[in-house]
Amino acid sequence: MDLFNNLLLGFQTAGSIENLFFCLIGVLLGTLIGVLPGIGATATIAMLLPITFQLEPVSSLIMLAGIYYGAQYGGSTTAILINMPGESSSAVTAIDGYQMARKGKAGAALAIAAIGSFFAGTVSTFLVAIFAPPLTAIALEFGAAEYFSLMVVGLVSSIALAHGSVIKALAMVALGLLLGLVGTDIYTGAPRFTLGIREYADGLNFVAVAVGVFGIAEILRNLENERTREVLMAKVSGLLPSREDFRAMIAPVLRGTAIGSILGILPGGGAILASFASYTVEKKVSKTPEEFGHGAVAGVAGPESANNAGAQTSFIPLLTLGIPANPVMALMVGAMIIQGIVPGPNVAAEQPALFWGIIASMWIGNLMLVILNLPLIGLWVKLLTIPYYLLFPIIMAFCSIGVYSVNSNVYDLYAVAFFGLLGYLLLKLRCEPAPLLLGFVLGPLLEENLRRAMILSRGDPSTFVTRPISATLLFIAVVVLIVVFLPSVRKKREEVFVEED
Amino acid sequence: MNSKSFDKANLICGILLILTGIFFAYQSIELELGTAFRMGPGYFPFILALALILFGAIILFQAFRVEGEPIGPIAWRGIIFILAAPIFFGITVRGLGFVPSLFFAALIASFASHKMKPLTALILAVLLTAFSVLVFSYGLGLPFQRFGPWVRF
Repeated sequence: MDLFNNLLLGFQTAGSIENLFFCLIGVLLGTLIGVLPGIGATATIAMLLPITFQLEPVSSLIMLAGIYYGAQYGGSTTAILINMPGESSSAVTAIDGYQMARKGKAGAALAIAAIGSFFAGTVSTFLVAIFAPPLTAIALEFGAAEYFSLMVVGLVSSIALAHGSVIKALAMVALGLLLGLVGTDIYTGAPRFTLGIREYADGLNFVAVAVGVFGIAEILRNLENERTREVLMAKVSGLLPSREDFRAMIAPVLRGTAIGSILGILPGGGAILASFASYTVEKKVSKTPEEFGHGAVAGVAGPESANNAGAQTSFIPLLTLGIPANPVMALMVGAMIIQGIVPGPNVAAEQPALFWGIIASMWIGNLMLVILNLPLIGLWVKLLTIPYYLLFPIIMAFCSIGVYSVNSNVYDLYAVAFFGLLGYLLLKLRCEPAPLLLGFVLGPLLEENLRRAMILSRGDPSTFVTRPISATLLFIAVVVLIVVFLPSVRKKREEVFVEED
Repeated sequence: MNSKSFDKANLICGILLILTGIFFAYQSIELELGTAFRMGPGYFPFILALALILFGAIILFQAFRVEGEPIGPIAWRGIIFILAAPIFFGITVRGLGFVPSLFFAALIASFASHKMKPLTALILAVLLTAFSVLVFSYGLGLPFQRFGPWVRF
């Protein structure tokens, strides 16, 4: 049993005292930022990225992954208790979770969310373990043309799953790709778009771009109108759900896990889309749809399972193909590159301990979250009373330290300020930053593979459609684009995202 | 401009994208474009820049067709103080050194909120600097000079 041996290796790696410690730090930090609104997982991982240099590659990636799925848990806690989703993926949980809390079933709602998430996390961890190796085998056959087409699929999907205008998302991808090309051309050594600044010859620092566009832009938006947060906490009592609750949650949890696992693999949305899709499905199949919005158990169990499953399976394209499915995964690519690991199909073969260690750590991390979070809920909610104006100077200080420590390049700090402004401008102009960041990460790879494919085919662009895998991938990309532009889908998309806001 | 029913956000967005596209296109032409067979450093960015101009034009066109929600308030105070913090840190971290540079950067950022009182900001900046020095400089051993040449006697 290869799978068994691999998982054993994974658990041995993830089970070392050191890695358990970093996993714990990761999930605790993740829960913390998940609870605190106004700072998301993307910004936190971006800030902590430089600090992970000092760690072993496995430990650093385990910790970063922990932050990501920890944030999903933390976000649900506040969604249920105070009707304020800390993360956008738990926005749906707030609808019925908060109603349950108001009816005095806060404990049960939290437990349902935790159990559902843990179950989904377990299943999807195994899915990652099962599907990663065969996908890796396929990916090893990939040539330059296939990689190019695959990245096109990734970018197109990120457009499909972005909020708002499709044209704007397309423009963001193009802008991101262009920004990604800043720096020295790999073939000729010519500096491109550096404005004559030597410090940008190695390209714009990824951490600086991510921190600026996601972290600082978000701070600026929160400063627009400073509201005082009112924490009206429902009392938590009776953590154990009743027998009926258990019976009511089984089917939604299973469905949510399935929906989340599939949608998580898609580039672009992952967890967020998964939770919305699950809520819609639960409402459709329910015998008592009128209960939704008034504390339906299925409305908590389904989406919570779905977003956790989605968060886990979004690691599949990253670990097998080296293609990030969302901004957080793009940061993981950055973390791997910093550690000298080239993400892609070779990781599983060359660094089995790292590969399987990360997978196993996800399950361990999920277990830690269930055990730790239920008793710690009181503490997390207390943190909410910290006023925002005390938080953002802290965030700014850590941002500055983090970005500077990557290369000790002060120009990276100026880039942070610039991209913070750009990110805020984009928010104001209703443009989504996620496709931009994905484009930024994929820009150099896309260009390199395009040029290599064209050289290999002696300048014949038909190489992209005559090679079967590449043709299939491009076909998928075209279908997705057409579907997005179909009037009926467009309307539906708008509805979905309006609900989200 | 006789009709006032245009979408401000899309108008600005379209114009900015077109200008950015023109900038990148112009820069790309200055680089060697090459052929599809052997692409020069300017080839791919040139195509992207043209695409950006096209998307910008479509958004601009849409601005006159549908009106969206207004842009809303702009956090001017936030922009000034928040963005100044990393820039100040960048300018001074080599000269002043990690400790004073971080202290002032945190202090500057504090004033982005009108709710922050000067004394609170001062205490916060002191605590934050102390914590960061302990964790990053001593704990993680990041190679920063704690005090730079400007403040050494």
